[in-house]
Amino acid sequence: MAEDAKQLQPDYAKALKDAAFAALIAFAILLPMVGFKTVQNIHNALVLETRFSWLAAFVAIFAASGFLNSLYLVPWREARARQTKARVPGKISQFLSRRFAPFALGFVIVYPAIALLLAGTGGSLKWIDNFGIQILIYVMLGFGLNIVVGLAGLLDLGYVAFYAVGAYSYALLAKTFGLSFYALLPLAGILAAFWGVLLGFPVLRLRGDYLAIVTMAFGEIIRLVLINWIPVTNGYAGISGVPRPSFFGIPFNASDDGFAATFGLPFSPIYRTIFLYYLILALALLTAFVTLRLRRLPIGRAWEALREDEIACRSLGINTTSTKLTAFAIGAMFAGFAGSFFAARQGFISPESFTFFESATILAIVVLGGMGSQIGVAIAAVVMVGGTEILRDLDFLKQVFGRDFDPAQYRMLLFGFAMVAIMIWKPRGLVSTREPSVFLKERKVISRDLVKEGHG
Amino acid sequence: MTPSAATLLEVEHLTMRFGGLTAVNNLSLTAHYGHVTALIGPNGAGKTTVFNCITGFYKPSEGRMALRHESMTGENVSAADLDLLTRRGERHLRRKDRALYLLERMPEYLVARQARVARTFQNIRLFAGMTVLENLLVAQHNPLMKASGFTFFGVLGLSSYGKAEQAAIEKAQRWLATIGLADRADDPAGELPYGDQRRLEIARAMCTDPVLLCLDEPAAGLNPREKADLADLIRSIRDGHNTAVLLIEHDMSLVMEISDHLVVLDHGVKISEGTAAFVRNDPKVIAAYLGVAEKDVAKVEARIALEAAP
Ligand SMILES: Nc1ncnc2c1ncn2[C@@H]1O[C@H](COP(=O)(O)OP(=O)(O)OP(=O)(O)O)[C@@H](O)[C@H]1O
Ligand SMILES: [Mg+2]
Repeated sequence: MAEDAKQLQPDYAKALKDAAFAALIAFAILLPMVGFKTVQNIHNALVLETRFSWLAAFVAIFAASGFLNSLYLVPWREARARQTKARVPGKISQFLSRRFAPFALGFVIVYPAIALLLAGTGGSLKWIDNFGIQILIYVMLGFGLNIVVGLAGLLDLGYVAFYAVGAYSYALLAKTFGLSFYALLPLAGILAAFWGVLLGFPVLRLRGDYLAIVTMAFGEIIRLVLINWIPVTNGYAGISGVPRPSFFGIPFNASDDGFAATFGLPFSPIYRTIFLYYLILALALLTAFVTLRLRRLPIGRAWEALREDEIACRSLGINTTSTKLTAFAIGAMFAGFAGSFFAARQGFISPESFTFFESATILAIVVLGGMGSQIGVAIAAVVMVGGTEILRDLDFLKQVFGRDFDPAQYRMLLFGFAMVAIMIWKPRGLVSTREPSVFLKERKVISRDLVKEGHG
Repeated sequence: MTPSAATLLEVEHLTMRFGGLTAVNNLSLTAHYGHVTALIGPNGAGKTTVFNCITGFYKPSEGRMALRHESMTGENVSAADLDLLTRRGERHLRRKDRALYLLERMPEYLVARQARVARTFQNIRLFAGMTVLENLLVAQHNPLMKASGFTFFGVLGLSSYGKAEQAAIEKAQRWLATIGLADRADDPAGELPYGDQRRLEIARAMCTDPVLLCLDEPAAGLNPREKADLADLIRSIRDGHNTAVLLIEHDMSLVMEISDHLVVLDHGVKISEGTAAFVRNDPKVIAAYLGVAEKDVAKVEARIALEAAP
């Protein structure tokens, strides 16, 4: 009781101490970074400028946040930690996964129509392409990585490698052999899965951090191969003129047997965009559907069991190596599908599109969404990718901060803040419950506090 | 429980070294069909290490562990076949409905899948974030995997997987009824009370249809009532499922009550073996448990008797 009373009292002395400490650290780190600036003068010589007012402002901000953190945030989190001992699955998670999902599905199906109505043919192009298609690609990649990270608990930091394999497979095979998108889509998936197995064999003995590092290296290796194998991949210059998908044989062009002419419509690029939107929507839904299905099959249950306790799995006769390999291969296959779609949509690919940053974004989507949850991943993709796009045209901010201000440059900073905020508010991601794959009488959601994250 | 019950597992000259430490030293023991064989000994004697060797989690430094699946009529693989298999360097030998496995040559998941040895762990290893029912279905992974056409046909919905899963669920329900958890099937395993978790782990192991069940301290942390239930459960497994039980346990009254045969280990060495009555009165065993030299046992016992007297 006495302890409780003590914790309810705001501890100003401790908060002040924390504030001073934060200020000290900030000062030490920021002095060289913010306090001094080198500029070239007219004679091309470097001169040192000081910006001590900036430095003071930054240090003050850090001191204040240290003070507030110690005074309010820490006690609040401790109180919450004590509460969640009761392990009541979150209301938000339940709402999102049971009621919101059908609504969201309906919305994405009518989304192009809404965009057309609100923005007109010209204006909606941006909304369907930059937002709709772009987000859905990441939703699909998130679903795919979710199999590896969320279900099987294998931390894969090189997922973009399989995305690249899919994209280059499609681009090269389509250009060289003139095969259609629909024939190459499965092939690209199979090739990516093959590379998934190839990577999986040597690295799946590793666990945790080691696995993460090696998969990350694999992602880089693929990218470096793409850069340096110039005869095949054309290096940095990339591959242009990648054939676009047709409407099941009818091309989207202004010719007489093009899509518009065939259906008696005036020619417009919007048809292709809308078609691509539904194509990637179908692919993303296929990924979601297959994942849901797999979860209810023994393989999916084995993945989750593997994430929970690998030793117990082995004691039950489960071959953990092949189980992990299937997770890797199936995850890679979906990345391969997404990659070939990406190449077909862009018409141009280069190694620039497959950097580690992409892997990190996809992983962030999975983690923010709540590992293993489809709707959570979808929402996180909307927020992460949509947010990036919105920040691109916050031009009004220029009026506030001056003409030199480029809002897109600050989006990573904003994302950093958003991530930290979500990790404080919902450390297990947006949807922090697990749905059982099978039930007898009642489907009770399982609190993530019980569910392990895996370490292999 | 006939005294001449057929041999299921024959461990010979098992030695396990970790660097300079010999955790198990030249141990031989046998487990018989229809018997509960107990492995007892003070802390650090090497009991769990023996389990880890039998179940394939450790590769023993030396020794042979032969496990026989007998036919319906009780026929066994002959000694000549065992020699043959040993010389050939193969893992197993199958003769119609009989089979012989050399466990030291098999990886742990094949020991479980083919030789059908199941185990529990000293520190419970349930899938805490999965439901009780899911835990029991994961245990039936291999038959279900086959039924789902190794996933290919399952995804397409082309197999008779539904029926197989229904059967698996019914089997799980039967085990849940046996361990008294029928109404908790949909709860996360991690939310069960400790005693229930122990019993669930046993049920999960049994869902793999083992011929040998290895229990590592199943009574640890249980109250007397739960211990009595556990004793009944182990007996019913031994008598009703054609499963032999290998039991590590520190609770001597439980061990003495349900074991048909005891093996006593101290510092990795077998110091005694026999029935409960024999082992209980063996001065070597008492010495090991009291931590005194054997010649002093009589003295110590006399003193304990004096102190116990009013
Ligand atoms: N993987 C390992 N590496 C090194 N030493 C080990 C390993 N496993 C066990 N040992 C050592 O082997 C000895 C026997 O350990 P073991 O766990 O088998 O004892 P135990 O009889 O099960 O004891 P307890 O009753 O406490 O469970 C101990 O000294 C232990 O430290
Ligand atoms: Mg032990």
